[in-house]
Amino acid sequence: MAANSFRSRALTALAGLLALSFGSLADSRIEDQAEQFFRSGHTNNWAVLVCTSRFWFNYRHVANTLSVYRSVKRLGIPDSHIVLMLADDMACNARNPKPATVFSHKNMELNVYGDDVEVDYRSYEVTVENFLRVLTGRVPPGTPRSKRLLSDDRSNILIYMTGHGGNGFLKFQDSEEITNIELADAFEQMWQKRRYNELLFIIDTCQGASMYERFYSPNIMALASSQVGEDSLSHQPDPAIGVHLMDRYTFYVLEFLEEINPASQTNMNDLFQVCPKSLCVSTPGHRTDLFQRDPKNVLITDFFGSVRKVEITTETISLQPDLGIMESSNKEDQIDEERMEPLKYAEQLPVAQIIHQKPKLKDWHPPGGFILGLWALIIMVFFKTYGIKHMKFIF
Amino acid sequence: MAAAVRLALIVLLLLGPGGWGHAEPSRDSLREELVITPLPSGDVAATFQFRTRWDSELHREEVSHYRLFPKALGQLISKYSLQELHLSFTQGFWRTRYWGPPFLQAPSGAELWVWFQDTVTDVDKSWKELSNVLSGIFCASLNFIDSTNTVIPTASFKPLGLANGTDHYFLRYAVLPREVVCTENLTPWKKLLPCSSKAGLSVLLKADRLFHTSYHSQAVHIRPVCRNARCTSISWELRQTLSVVFDAFVTGQGKKDWSLFRMFSRTLTEPCPLAAESRVYVDITSSKQDNETLEVNPPPLTTYQDVILGTQKTYAVYDLLDTAVINNSRNLNLQLKWKRPPENGYIHYQPAQDRLQPHLLEMLIQLPANSVTKVSIQFERALLKWTEYTPDPNHGFYVSPSVLSALVPSIVASKPVDWEESPLFNTLFPGSDSSSYFVRLYTEPLLVNLPTPDFSMPYNVICLTCTVVAVCYGSFYNLLTRTFHIEEPSKGGLAKRLANLIRRARGIPPL
Repeated sequence: MAANSFRSRALTALAGLLALSFGSLADSRIEDQAEQFFRSGHTNNWAVLVCTSRFWFNYRHVANTLSVYRSVKRLGIPDSHIVLMLADDMACNARNPKPATVFSHKNMELNVYGDDVEVDYRSYEVTVENFLRVLTGRVPPGTPRSKRLLSDDRSNILIYMTGHGGNGFLKFQDSEEITNIELADAFEQMWQKRRYNELLFIIDTCQGASMYERFYSPNIMALASSQVGEDSLSHQPDPAIGVHLMDRYTFYVLEFLEEINPASQTNMNDLFQVCPKSLCVSTPGHRTDLFQRDPKNVLITDFFGSVRKVEITTETISLQPDLGIMESSNKEDQIDEERMEPLKYAEQLPVAQIIHQKPKLKDWHPPGGFILGLWALIIMVFFKTYGIKHMKFIF
Repeated sequence: MAAAVRLALIVLLLLGPGGWGHAEPSRDSLREELVITPLPSGDVAATFQFRTRWDSELHREEVSHYRLFPKALGQLISKYSLQELHLSFTQGFWRTRYWGPPFLQAPSGAELWVWFQDTVTDVDKSWKELSNVLSGIFCASLNFIDSTNTVIPTASFKPLGLANGTDHYFLRYAVLPREVVCTENLTPWKKLLPCSSKAGLSVLLKADRLFHTSYHSQAVHIRPVCRNARCTSISWELRQTLSVVFDAFVTGQGKKDWSLFRMFSRTLTEPCPLAAESRVYVDITSSKQDNETLEVNPPPLTTYQDVILGTQKTYAVYDLLDTAVINNSRNLNLQLKWKRPPENGYIHYQPAQDRLQPHLLEMLIQLPANSVTKVSIQFERALLKWTEYTPDPNHGFYVSPSVLSALVPSIVASKPVDWEESPLFNTLFPGSDSSSYFVRLYTEPLLVNLPTPDFSMPYNVICLTCTVVAVCYGSFYNLLTRTFHIEEPSKGGLAKRLANLIRRARGIPPL
């Protein structure tokens, strides 16, 4: 009896222990899921990549932008969510010894231009106005979708800019510049319009850190390739192409990103360590005080990759045939049988018709106010001078 | 038994409501073709054409199912009520003088011309919206098209498709010559093809080869065509064309041997499964001219002859849908080789070395009959050292005359001469052949006016320099090295005393 009760007590204790352990396991799983839920608060990713320099000797800026484009596409952001702005065409430039290529490593190892590239704003379209319109969403009506930044309040946006800059400004195409105050105000407009959830701003120019000094909107993290007073230097020239291929900071960022895959758990602190002063000569800087999460909890793929929440279902859906199309096609054949006269092609050069055509009269517009007023004045003066009796000759 | 019943049930289920699957015929068809034309200058031109024909009236019915015809363009036709659309992107210029007439030429840059249907009320607004949409589809700056670069031609650009009226009010034409063509324009163009770049002729479309060319032109043409011979209904035809000209020296390393692999770095493996026709044509018209024979490998199974652009042309045809064409090696790599007789001409050129030897150019040419052959050399005039000028440099310098040695065919056959018997004027040149005689002719010497310096300049420079040195340096030297003493005026020399004597005699005050 005592043994039985002892055994039953042991069993209940064991059962209780097992239940506890199961409960804790389930709790930890729920906790994991909850933490994951809090870790990434965004549902879609966008990228705006801008190269602001023109001319062949600024090849490296285009290569910078294209290498970030390549990484971002590789990690999952589709072309429809990338706005790529390149101020000049290097790939098909007459000076490029290998057309349709833009290389980032010397000896032509890596072609960052690739075969599947879609440039949304190119050549003269890359202006400060267009850039700010893209960011704030105030684009002219009729702008195609691929040129718009259709982000919402759950979008994580990556903004990468490169070119020639100075203390507080970035030069666009050697003809205009954008200041850090304008950029900060644009980001504030984006925040007010709830156009982003979190924003990562990377800039690779000389004195790049000055561009993020004035930000004041929440949830912005910024990286720059050099501090105020320092120049960002270029990496290595290629003797066959004849120009410098990449800037140092973006070169090491590209090498860092090549190690990332869509499932990697690398966080932002590793990105801050990319390119120390020994490699970059300039001191890269970063700014995280406006960002709510801790950078060590922010994954690289939160900004460079794309979140796709896929739900697998085992339901089947059967498609119904659209009988409407079949009937209309039958009707159409009958209608075609009844059309009487056959159609014909137009004559390409009907000389007789061209020679004898009358030149199109310009649309007649009634005379405008000024002409009417002038004639009224002339007529009034005439009648005042010569008397009203002349009116009878008119009427 | 149960399995068979189940299979029958499944088959019945599939066929029952699925009878629509193959009752409705496919309304669109794709034809793809590549024409390879060796050009007279040694280059080779390749023209791709992908034609999707869609038997549907887009304006009357609501279309919701797009198969081969791309949805992006189909929606454009119905939304903007297009009658025709022609858009081309070109880099380079078609050199008709060296390459012959083109199939379809396009201007450098981007060209867009559109015929709208006569139901459109505001043509300018539709034109502006259409160019914006196209700039998004093709990643080009077509949004720069506005009233400053749009015209309404009144006589040219008649519709290339079916048209019932040609009121030029519905036509708009614009060209952007500054537009650059690059991979970002080719990528969306390729994505409009039914087989994309995965199968058929479009596997050859690799950007790094297509842009390494002298001429690259890609175009999209949409127009209504007759559906059948009676032409009672219309179909919409979408043609995507791409013409490139590969340079013999850049791509071919100077040799005139071409193959698909050398041109595109790819070979053909299979036709596009969605294509009704998939053919490669090679122009072998000039295969029997100029003592050169063009050999095409593998030999064609059929040929096609017709009058194209005014001349009779012959094409070798390779039908990719014919299983005999793509043989056991499962790929088709067309090769074009020119076999010419070894003795064609001879050129010897020895460039000059300054102050050592002159230029020497010798050419052996075979002149075609009834023609004019011009040989010209470009030269630059340079300055000589000033001691190398003759005393009369303004006369110019002479270039020695050129020599022309020719074997002229004689009309009358001559018999060999005996040197001792015939008169002296007949035995100047030894004649070996009775059908031609040898003659040596000379051109005039050339008098070239070289840039002549002003020879008086050294003298001028010496004078000026010496003057400046003398005046400036001399003055400084004097100021620095001379010391000044005060001098008592002397009482008077002899001349002064004599002068005073004479003055006293005259009665005027003394010096």
